[in-house]
Amino acid sequence: MALYSDKVMDHFQNPRNVGKIDDADGVGEVGNAKCGDIMRMYIKVEDGIIADCKFNTFGCGSAIATSSMATELIKGKSVEEALQLSNKAVVEALDGLPPAKIHCSVLAEQAVRAAVKDYYDKNGIEYNAEEFVICDCDHCH
Amino acid sequence: MEKELRKDIMTMFVYADNAATTSVSNTALEAMLPFLTENYGNPSSLYSFAQKSTEALAEARAVVAKCINAEPKEIYFTSGGSEADNQAIISAAKLGARRGKKHLISTKFEHHAVLHTLKALEKDGYEVTLLDVHEDGVVRLEDVKAAVREDTCLVSVMFANNEIGTVQPIKEIGAFCREKGIPFHTDAVQAGGHMPIDVVDMNIDMLALSGHKFHAPKGVGILYAKKTMPLFTLIEGGAQERGKRAGTENVAGIVAFAAALKESCDNMEANNAKIIPMRDKLIAELSKIPHSRVNGSLEHHVPGTVNMCFEGIEGESLLLWLDAKGICASSGSACTSGSLDPSHVLLSLGLPHEVAHGSLRLSIGEYNTMEEIDHIIATVPEVVAYLRNMSPVWDALEKGERPHLI
Repeated sequence: MALYSDKVMDHFQNPRNVGKIDDADGVGEVGNAKCGDIMRMYIKVEDGIIADCKFNTFGCGSAIATSSMATELIKGKSVEEALQLSNKAVVEALDGLPPAKIHCSVLAEQAVRAAVKDYYDKNGIEYNAEEFVICDCDHCH
Repeated sequence: MEKELRKDIMTMFVYADNAATTSVSNTALEAMLPFLTENYGNPSSLYSFAQKSTEALAEARAVVAKCINAEPKEIYFTSGGSEADNQAIISAAKLGARRGKKHLISTKFEHHAVLHTLKALEKDGYEVTLLDVHEDGVVRLEDVKAAVREDTCLVSVMFANNEIGTVQPIKEIGAFCREKGIPFHTDAVQAGGHMPIDVVDMNIDMLALSGHKFHAPKGVGILYAKKTMPLFTLIEGGAQERGKRAGTENVAGIVAFAAALKESCDNMEANNAKIIPMRDKLIAELSKIPHSRVNGSLEHHVPGTVNMCFEGIEGESLLLWLDAKGICASSGSACTSGSLDPSHVLLSLGLPHEVAHGSLRLSIGEYNTMEEIDHIIATVPEVVAYLRNMSPVWDALEKGERPHLI
């Protein structure tokens, strides 16, 4: 069996929404080059809806695929809905990930949250800080 | 750029991972086939039918011995390099313990067959010193000298490193160990069949080889142990291999091992004359990629292995793209092994984690062609540029927000 599902390979080889948004409303970056994965997520918000979303990722195949899938899953959704995106949903949408790669999906979830947090901060929108604790696992330090 | 990368997928198949394993040569295959079909007798059986197997085994042992300037009775056939390394190290450790010596010296960038065996011994109360391999990936004799203690019972230094291909001063270290009366072992898995090995001249007490690195099948290797070096048995059972390794011999594999090793040694000069220009072209062309580096000294090097780092990208993505372009290569990158840490070999050279993550190992053999090398040279820069284009690390490097490390 191949390391990755066809879905993962598709999102790796044909990543959706790669790039930057120069006038983004929120930008979030998570991960650490030292541990081999960095994701940077850009969101453009219009009327509380994520009108556009792009990413840049340094990392392995699944890091790129999970970033790509995460952008697909939140595009067109409300900011609140985007915050509900779980790493599990990303994994399921990709037809699974090898156990050692689950942390990539966690990063993708957190990249979205970091971008939303940045949007909230920039727009003075209040939020519960506890909901935005960014990954503190060994992998990221 | 994206579109460009996706066109021409699978236009060519290039196997550039010969340090991982090689194809079985026709010579080895032809030599082994009769021992899978008509000559299937057990070498331990008495009847004359089985004597063909017994004789083939003896002949293979003699051929192998000659290739490394050993005596036939100093060659023990094993399941491969890992088993041979395990047996060599454990033998020296047990022998040492009997004499109250429980200190072993090795290097930071050994294969895990060595490192994990040493780790297991540490749990049993042994002390291990792992030598630095410096920025060039070469162990210094002075460091060995400085590390030796009264209770040192083994020095184990690999002949050539599997990831970066650097060759170690085996003869010098061997001479020093011989003078001190300390057993000296070398994992020569990457050197066998590719570089001359002379166990007498190089003062080697124990040495491991693996057949599938030089066109024999997988699952067969040897442990050379100098006749004065007592071996302990890891696999108990029958009296095969002079009682040091039980189990009915892998006759076909052993015959193929001997045939492949002889063929590789006989043709070593011609093979290397073909491989080295390909290797040099790879290095020259891929070094043109900005912010790249070649890992390990090229002065002391096996012919076929090239290891490079490309800043701002991660190795697994590079490998997956190369695979999509028909190129089989490997990486010291963590992600491929399930661990998140980058290669211990690259870290031992002092490379920062973020640089070590972006590594690529290309290992070529005599079956490769210059056309294939050109395909690699055309593909790697394209993939590196594509991945850098989507890398936030590269973005930060380019904007000067993060300093270039290479």
